[in-house]
Amino acid sequence: MRDIIIIGAGVTGCAISYYLSEYETDILVLEAHSDVCEGTSKANSGIIHAGFDAKPGSMKAKLNVRGSELTRQLSKELKFGYIPCGSLVLCFDRNKLEELEELRERGEKNGVKELRILSHDEILDMEPQVNENVVAALYAPTGAVADPFDMTTRFADSASLRGVEFRLNKKVTNIERIDDHYSLYVKDEVFEAKMIINAAGLYADTIHNLVSKKKIKITARRGEYMLLDNSHEGFVTHTIFQLPGDYGKGVLVTPTTHGNILVGPNACALENKEDTDTTSEGLSYVRESASKAVKDIPFYDVITGFAGLRATLTSEEDHDFLIGEPFDAPGFIDAAGIESPGLSSAPAIGEMVTKIAADRLHLKKKEGILPIYRDDKNPHPEDNNILCRCRNVSEGDVIRAIKRPVGATTTDGVKRRTFAGMGRCQSGFCNPKVVEILARELGIRKECVTKNDEGSCHLEGDLNDRI
Amino acid sequence: MTEYDLIVIGGGPAGMASALSAHRKGVEKILIIERDRELGGILNQCIHSGFGLDTFQEELTGPEYAHRFIKKVFDEKIEYMPNTMVINLDSEEGTVSATVRNISHGEKIITAHAAVLAMGCREKPRGALNIPGSRPAGIFSAGTAQRYVNIEGKLPGNKIVILGSGDIGLIMARRLSLEGAKVECVAEIAPYSGGLRRNIVQCLFDYDIPLLLSHTVTNIHGRKRITGVTIQKVDENFKPINDTDKYYECDTLLLSVGLIPENELTAKTGAEMDPVTRGPKVNDKLMTTVQGVFACGNVLHVHDLVDNVTKEALKAGEYAADYVLYDEYEKKIPWGDAVRPPIPQKEKNTVPEDMDITHQVICVRCPNGCLITADDNMNISGNKCKRGEEYIINELTKPRRSISSTVSNSDPDHPRLPCKTKGDIPKDKIFDVMKEIIHLRHNGKAQPGDLLIENTADTGVDIVATGEV
Repeated sequence: MRDIIIIGAGVTGCAISYYLSEYETDILVLEAHSDVCEGTSKANSGIIHAGFDAKPGSMKAKLNVRGSELTRQLSKELKFGYIPCGSLVLCFDRNKLEELEELRERGEKNGVKELRILSHDEILDMEPQVNENVVAALYAPTGAVADPFDMTTRFADSASLRGVEFRLNKKVTNIERIDDHYSLYVKDEVFEAKMIINAAGLYADTIHNLVSKKKIKITARRGEYMLLDNSHEGFVTHTIFQLPGDYGKGVLVTPTTHGNILVGPNACALENKEDTDTTSEGLSYVRESASKAVKDIPFYDVITGFAGLRATLTSEEDHDFLIGEPFDAPGFIDAAGIESPGLSSAPAIGEMVTKIAADRLHLKKKEGILPIYRDDKNPHPEDNNILCRCRNVSEGDVIRAIKRPVGATTTDGVKRRTFAGMGRCQSGFCNPKVVEILARELGIRKECVTKNDEGSCHLEGDLNDRI
Repeated sequence: MTEYDLIVIGGGPAGMASALSAHRKGVEKILIIERDRELGGILNQCIHSGFGLDTFQEELTGPEYAHRFIKKVFDEKIEYMPNTMVINLDSEEGTVSATVRNISHGEKIITAHAAVLAMGCREKPRGALNIPGSRPAGIFSAGTAQRYVNIEGKLPGNKIVILGSGDIGLIMARRLSLEGAKVECVAEIAPYSGGLRRNIVQCLFDYDIPLLLSHTVTNIHGRKRITGVTIQKVDENFKPINDTDKYYECDTLLLSVGLIPENELTAKTGAEMDPVTRGPKVNDKLMTTVQGVFACGNVLHVHDLVDNVTKEALKAGEYAADYVLYDEYEKKIPWGDAVRPPIPQKEKNTVPEDMDITHQVICVRCPNGCLITADDNMNISGNKCKRGEEYIINELTKPRRSISSTVSNSDPDHPRLPCKTKGDIPKDKIFDVMKEIIHLRHNGKAQPGDLLIENTADTGVDIVATGEV
């Protein structure tokens, strides 16, 4: 029997595990996919929102502002990719200046610091690529971008060093409450715990509805993106939003922590929670909408398009985050409906859920200095074997990624921990090399190396197997 | 004092030819830096024949073509450093310094009087095409698949769709068919193929693979491994036409949609780039705008034939030699004007839809690919050379083909040994010959030309090695 089982190893689940690992308690994280950061956490804007968007008083507002502050601190402690680039909300219509002002007031109510309205000239000084018909903008210096992969994996690695156990490829299919504990069913395995934390992302409704009579519903809202080559680093240097207007919410143009420019997303509600397809309509919309705010975006240098799903809690009118214990399921804590600003809020959600759990289970803080995962900086001969020429990733980097506490076991896992395959050739060159290293380090055949989950093998056989 | 007179970055056909010509002109201390474990570059995985007609007046496979140059590099004792990546290149006051990383020596700086850039090119990825759909495993650029099959002996898939009818795509269609995979079709967005006519005939038609001109992949299906693609017809502006979509089930999608010069390093030198070729700007001496840094081969612009890469690289080596050997060179001659190298016209090949297969053939004796007609009295027309006459007679009566493949090799570092039929075999014997190739296990050393199978499948033709292990 465990004290706590966390369902889901996205950024929310991993942040919770990180904060909970400060306490004397026995924690298991169950993840349905083959790696941490495989769902919503891997495909989003990577924005750490300042916090002016959410309705004052909402969970989103509170956790966003706190989370954004914590993310900044954690990026230094855990050393994940973070750039305090600041954000701009552009206004192209004089008649909408009032809305911009309202946004500023809302931000101030939420506790966002240093918000300021900029004039046309000030904007163009900061971002010369903004279309000249811009009228004004709301500038939030506390807006930032973070590397969602790096953030999630580093939460997991440090939590793991502190004793949290991560079990991957474990999809929870049923939960039963028996006396004072819960039994979780994963295929033919059963796991038991005094407390369950539901951080199951898009499937947090399914998990919640297994234990509570008050049903909730999460709808996947897909957002499509285009990623531009890092040779255009510096094309824009702030996250550029548009004031919601005639064209809907408008898409953003932002630098990433990897030196790329990211453009997107659109928004499209879906029934299928696995449908991360991009569409030609979606990508065209993204292209057109972004071009209204920023001129001459180098779309000829798109290196990939992708889509992510937001987990919107549509059973609640305000689509706010749902955090806490349902009335009829003691010891079961939801962290559900974590859509934007979910990445920004993740550390604050971790902090909040940890407080609830610690109070409930009367947990004691661990004593002494807790370990934090640090990259192995010792030189290895393999560091001199460069296998990704787009991003200068070495064999040593890949081996380290595999050997991390919650290490990579797939080529996507390697990509998210090293950037090998994330560059302009999109793994054309490094794929055979990464497959070879994974096979060697994991002691499996190359044909068994997968891109991500089971069934996603890169190769279909060996020529020698035919006789 | 610099360590070397000249460093050549890249040990493929361009790098080797430029090092050899500089050496012959009298440059003594030359170093070829190669990121792979051996010289030869991409030629090592291009096991098909079609190389060298111009340079050697005979048709060679890629490994054979490479081997001839590798042998010369060895014979002339030109130094080379394998397993080494150049990660930075600077030129200052007549000294070029390359920061390199090598698995045995670690990171170090190598200085030279001049450098030749010969890093080749790379394939355009899916992202550059913006094909919507899912992002499962099983999508490869054709060259990556070629490496898996020909070097590592791995089969990327069993049911294959190829997008792009450039030569690599066509060659891979045949290669995978020979290894037992089913190639469903080759889709090409243009109304013509960018590949040689000979390859259309020998790589597609010989294996009944449809070539869908003016078609493209408009959706990719499958969550984990690809399960299929949607292919649509396109109009003259390459826009997909409604209601022409057709689903093709497949487990693999190969992309052969073009090459781009590989210029990460060039950009780091600060050399000016040519937006048309996507390579560096050069003057009439193939020098980039950075003093002492020359460029040739596919890093400069994407060439059609390796023979032309060699030709250009031989010149670059000579120019670099002049620069190295004559101190006053740089003072007397200003950089001059940018001269864009002649860019080969892209092939625009179609096969006439109304081709009468009982009287017409596309000659595959050389890359010209003439459409030749023979009337009932065997009066022959349409051929540009004598070989065409002989070809049509054979093709209409007893067609023959040469094939290239690989055999299993006992060395785990070189699991495949490339091979070919030494001469043409009857076309209908192709799969009998393949069967013998598949069953062969090679042990020990081999050189190009070594006999592997005598009289394969009773054709009177031998199978010989084309590479070295």
